[in-house]
Amino acid sequence: MKNMIAIFQKQIKDTLKNKSVLVQFLIFPVMSIIMECSIHIEGMPEHFFANMFAAMYVGMAPLVAMSAIISEEKEKNTLRVLFMSNVKPTEYLAGVGSYIWVICMLGGCVIGISGGYKGAVLLSFLVIVGAGILVSMLIGAAIGTSSKNQMAATSLTVPVMVVFSFLPMLSMFNESIEKIAKITYSQQVSILINGMGKSGVNLENVVIISCNLLAAAVLFGYAYKKSGMT
Amino acid sequence: MEYVIEMRNIVKKFAQKEVLKGVNLKVSHGEIFGLLGPSGAGKTTIIKILTGQLQCTEGVSTILGQDTAALTSFVYRKMGMMMDNLGLYERLSCYDNLKLFAKIYDVPQGRISEVLKQVDLAEAAKVPVSKLSKGMRGRLALARAVMNEPELLFLDEPSSGLDPQAVTMIHQLIRKEQKRGAAIFLTTHNMEEAGKLCDHIALLNEGKIVEYGSPKEICLRYNHQNKLQIRLLDGRNVVLPNGKFAADEVKEYLAKEMVETIHSTEPSLETVFMELTGRRFE
Repeated sequence: MKNMIAIFQKQIKDTLKNKSVLVQFLIFPVMSIIMECSIHIEGMPEHFFANMFAAMYVGMAPLVAMSAIISEEKEKNTLRVLFMSNVKPTEYLAGVGSYIWVICMLGGCVIGISGGYKGAVLLSFLVIVGAGILVSMLIGAAIGTSSKNQMAATSLTVPVMVVFSFLPMLSMFNESIEKIAKITYSQQVSILINGMGKSGVNLENVVIISCNLLAAAVLFGYAYKKSGMT
Repeated sequence: MEYVIEMRNIVKKFAQKEVLKGVNLKVSHGEIFGLLGPSGAGKTTIIKILTGQLQCTEGVSTILGQDTAALTSFVYRKMGMMMDNLGLYERLSCYDNLKLFAKIYDVPQGRISEVLKQVDLAEAAKVPVSKLSKGMRGRLALARAVMNEPELLFLDEPSSGLDPQAVTMIHQLIRKEQKRGAAIFLTTHNMEEAGKLCDHIALLNEGKIVEYGSPKEICLRYNHQNKLQIRLLDGRNVVLPNGKFAADEVKEYLAKEMVETIHSTEPSLETVFMELTGRRFE
């Protein structure tokens, strides 16, 4: 626990100076505030921008941040130094993971508030976003641990991130894409957010997100073992 | 536990290539041990095996009484390391880099300023690592390695590429750690450094230890010429056998105040290495 907190605190300072990771946390919350405050078109669904950016945020920020942080530590040898200093791989991953989850939840909170959500609805919004963030983090961790360096991680992260973050938006314009996108957690997050207060949560949403979570956990477990971090 | 490090018949193979071929070595408490060898001799592989980063193919290795194939936190807490690739957080300041490890090692925060002062980085405490020179980075990595007052300190090429001032400072700190009681295992390809610092050295060539002993012992062992070299004030160089037959002649030069320098001609560690392996030490 002590080591995990030390990693968490280190990460706060480090990320504040790491523009490429910092921008991932900020871009969608800031865009959501701007768009929600400045664009009002007649007939546009309520919370349109907040909902759209929340789904994109879930598919992008945690995945990119997790993969970038882990692969950088591997490349710069800081990870090896940590392990040689009695930090266990699980403590490290928990430290970085909890940091990214907290920051992304704060970002999600900003997006929710910018969309006008309050009270119990905001809480539901955050629960849905939180589940999506968890899946993205596991995928990012799998990419980060299996990549030798940042360059290799980025070349894998970008296409994966584009798929998960843009599918919910593209689904709005094309039915065929929507059918395929349904099996992804980010699309389910988008469906759940858009249906808040209307359709509620059904079994299909829960099952698909759980399957995605399980698949991401298995993928991460495999990458973790293969990386020799154990 | 008699030795802090013990390696018995260590063999390491990468695919079909045998990188270490039956390495044996022992390091005692409070000793500075130097592992010398040219690039690719297997020095870093030995450090990696000792620190549990690699497993040997054959043989047994222990540090602080524990098998290196299954090191526990007990050993990691008593160990300090400075690797060739320093592994510093570039965006964090010197102080913040050390603060992270102070928390991990449960070391009081006051120790951070103490070690920064020891490596002469107190004034650069708030400077990000990305703005430090190579020498300063090396000193910071050493400060991190000694912060938990380790029983065993691994230094992989600690002075490689550093300016003379930084090297002197690193040597001073290494001696200080030895006085405190730490055993130091260092790899280097700098023969002069090894000769000055180490109590014992091992010469490693192509995965085999070809010679072991104190630097002085090794040089004397290969002193086949056993001669004295006298440089006279008039510029002449006189080489005499190192024995009683030359005593009168040496006495005469000294009596006439003609001697500028006088040396025995035992070989340098580099010459010994060349004699043993037929290779230059690069």
